[in-house]
Amino acid sequence: MATMRWLWRQLTSMRVALILLFLLALASIPGSIFPQRGTSPLRVNEFLKDNPTLGPILDRLYMFDVFASPWFASIYLLLFISLTGCVLPRAIEHYRELRSQPPAAPKNLSRLPVHLEWHSSAKVSEVISETATAWKKRGWRVRQGDDWLSAEKGYARETGNLLFHLSLLVLLLAVGYGGAVGYRGTVIVREDSGFANNVTQYDTFAPGRVFGADQLPPFAFELKEFEATFQRGGQQNGAPRAFRAELMVKDEPSAEPRAVTVEVNHPLRTSGITVYLVGHGFAPEFTVRDATGKVVWQDASVFLPQDTAFTSSGVVKVPDTVPQLGLQGFFLPTVSEDFSNGPVSKFPAADNPEVYLSAWQGDLGLDSGMPQSVYRLDTANMKRIGIEELAPGEVWNLPNSGGTVEFTGYRQWASFVITKDPGKGWALGAAIASIIGLSLSLLIPRRRAWLRVTSSEDQGNLIEVAGLSKTEAPGLADEVLQLSKLVRAPEDKQ
Amino acid sequence: MTVNETLAQASNAMVYGSMTAFTGAMVAFSISLAKGRKLESIEDAAQRTSTSHQVRMGSTATLDKPAVSTALTDGEDLGEGRRAGNIGMSLTWLGTLLLGAALLFRGLSVSRPPIGNMYEFSLAAGFAVSLTYCLLSISRDLRWLGLFITVPVLLDLGLALTVLYTDSAQLVPALNSYWLAIHVSAAIVSFGAFTVGAALSALYLVAQVAEDRAADGKEPGRSAAIAQRIPSADRLDLMSYRIHAFMFPIWTFAVIAGAIWAEAAWGRYWGWDPKETWAFITWVVYAAYLHARATAGWRGKKAAYVAIGGYATILFNYFIVNIFVQGLHSYSGL
Ligand code: HEM
Repeated sequence: MATMRWLWRQLTSMRVALILLFLLALASIPGSIFPQRGTSPLRVNEFLKDNPTLGPILDRLYMFDVFASPWFASIYLLLFISLTGCVLPRAIEHYRELRSQPPAAPKNLSRLPVHLEWHSSAKVSEVISETATAWKKRGWRVRQGDDWLSAEKGYARETGNLLFHLSLLVLLLAVGYGGAVGYRGTVIVREDSGFANNVTQYDTFAPGRVFGADQLPPFAFELKEFEATFQRGGQQNGAPRAFRAELMVKDEPSAEPRAVTVEVNHPLRTSGITVYLVGHGFAPEFTVRDATGKVVWQDASVFLPQDTAFTSSGVVKVPDTVPQLGLQGFFLPTVSEDFSNGPVSKFPAADNPEVYLSAWQGDLGLDSGMPQSVYRLDTANMKRIGIEELAPGEVWNLPNSGGTVEFTGYRQWASFVITKDPGKGWALGAAIASIIGLSLSLLIPRRRAWLRVTSSEDQGNLIEVAGLSKTEAPGLADEVLQLSKLVRAPEDKQ
Repeated sequence: MTVNETLAQASNAMVYGSMTAFTGAMVAFSISLAKGRKLESIEDAAQRTSTSHQVRMGSTATLDKPAVSTALTDGEDLGEGRRAGNIGMSLTWLGTLLLGAALLFRGLSVSRPPIGNMYEFSLAAGFAVSLTYCLLSISRDLRWLGLFITVPVLLDLGLALTVLYTDSAQLVPALNSYWLAIHVSAAIVSFGAFTVGAALSALYLVAQVAEDRAADGKEPGRSAAIAQRIPSADRLDLMSYRIHAFMFPIWTFAVIAGAIWAEAAWGRYWGWDPKETWAFITWVVYAAYLHARATAGWRGKKAAYVAIGGYATILFNYFIVNIFVQGLHSYSGL
């Protein structure tokens, strides 16, 4: 029991809070040095592949999940226990202080940092009562004695400090709550295609711990048009300048569709979820005919950008021919004259598009039951039958009587992140409260001031005004001077 | 929208002009310091500091001991160094105004806030540092501090022009938001003031070491050479604290504004991106500094080291994370 009490006292001491703050800062550092699974899972895999011995050790130490690791959590939980243990008693103390009067004036006012005195023949009781009124008007809490006043000001400082620390607690809870009941998904949508909000339509979907799929609001949208503009010429040639996705949104199944423009920094917000535009690319359109001329495939296939000039790679799988046909290659929005490093694009806009394809015949491996990436061709059981470069409208007669491939044009696609975080509003409220609390706490001076009138026969009464700053804010002397001017006791002229 | 090359070039010329002014100011401040006389004897300061040190413990300062002595004087007498100090001060104002104009023209050349890449951040940061210094010097004599402000500003501008220079251009879409102006300017303002705070904390350490030696009756060391020419340790400590206390809420605001922007741009308000992580670390270290100042046994030198450590995390975030670490923030157009 005694040890428990000792532990609690340690935990809630300023010293331990300070140490925990340092630990928190230190513990965050590896999270910025090593790639993190939460944000860049691919780079984590790469790291593990490149460092076969060190990697797994670091992994066991949660170096790739720092902010979800037990040791990080234990630091901030201890900190917040310490915070609660520290702030609650202070809140009670502060509440009492708010309801009580300032302590009586000390005996010897001349020992205080700011001290003024003069003689006046004004009447003691009048000086005291009139000054009390004047000081109260200036915002001081005043306690009145027979021949003294004791005043205090700046209670909002402690109120602010408590508000700040409490709002940190609320912030932590809001972050935890939002993470647990919300979700985050990503999806790629081509122009003239749509998306309906259910789990199967997402490319990736990360639900919170207590998220239920039935919590997905039934909204849907269609991507009408995507537009990207780029810097032309200059040092930053090709740098993106604006992205815009024109959507038709149905907020619920029975609602009228409405037109919405989604841009970077301007997400779509509907029914508690938010839709962000995060990426874009090209989807070349092909028409594939078999040897008899029958259309066996006709669609736009999503190609993924590989560089800033949008050299994009992708595949087309045509399962309905015998043998099966696969196309693999690049879409080049502005084809470069120089292919010495392979086929590349030299500008991200589709000024002079081309595709550069290789055709494969054989078994696509779609029936093996293993899930396959739609961006990669499994060529284990296939044979390459040719390579070709096509401009829009051009037709490629495949060798081996494989039929024809026509590059009919392209569409663009846009990728979206769709999130729901019901803790967001609370977190924002707590953050704003924390700034208000902090500003009060750091900027409001807490001061005490006193007046004492000592009656004396020969010289007239001695008037003393003194002040003390409980904080390191400047301006105490000025304030005390102002207070002294409010004392209704004109100085005696000798 | 196109780039107005004339304005962009005028801006570059003004940056060079401003560097010239700051260089002159640096020389003048050095002369002023070298010729300057003691503001207060180190022995006196040591005496006074040791009595006022036991003063404030936490928020419940005991009433019978003075928290802040108001009797501190500014030590007006800089002796022969006075004239040089005045010249330095005027040149610093000139450099600051030129730098401000350079930023303005840079912004006008592309009709957007001039804080879109590391070159522009660096100009703005240098401006924030020198402006903080100039504004603070209006109501008090800070000529002794000038050298320690102009040197970092010159280093920053030199780096901006040689390593970080980028032609004036439009923004990438992710930066195209009014939150850029809010978040980045709050960060740059706090950065400027924290630079002054760190300089004061460093000078405090020098003064404290000198006073400690004097109090122990030791021979004056190298620290005394500087300590003689700057205010006493407790005064430096107090000035540094006030700057930090004033800026911490603004830094907090900068971080929160960043989170609000991230919510609109990236779909989450906090994602432990490296830049966010280091902003958080900076915040925690400065919170620790404020706590340290209220914790017995941590006030004084230890707290000053924490403040300087906080500044180091800002520099790390700016130079190391921006340039070498991959993250969502990596579009500073380097
Ligand atoms: C999440 C962790 C914490 C953070 C980020 C934090 C932050 C801060 C900040 C920025 C201040 C400065 C405001 C001021 O000086 O009035 C402050 C003050 C203070 N904090 Fe904390 N704090 C934390 C935890 C704690 C804990 C655990 C305790 C108790 C052991 C505590 C006790 C105090 C006290 C007593 C002050 C007032 C200091 C003074 O009078 O100057 N804090 N805190």
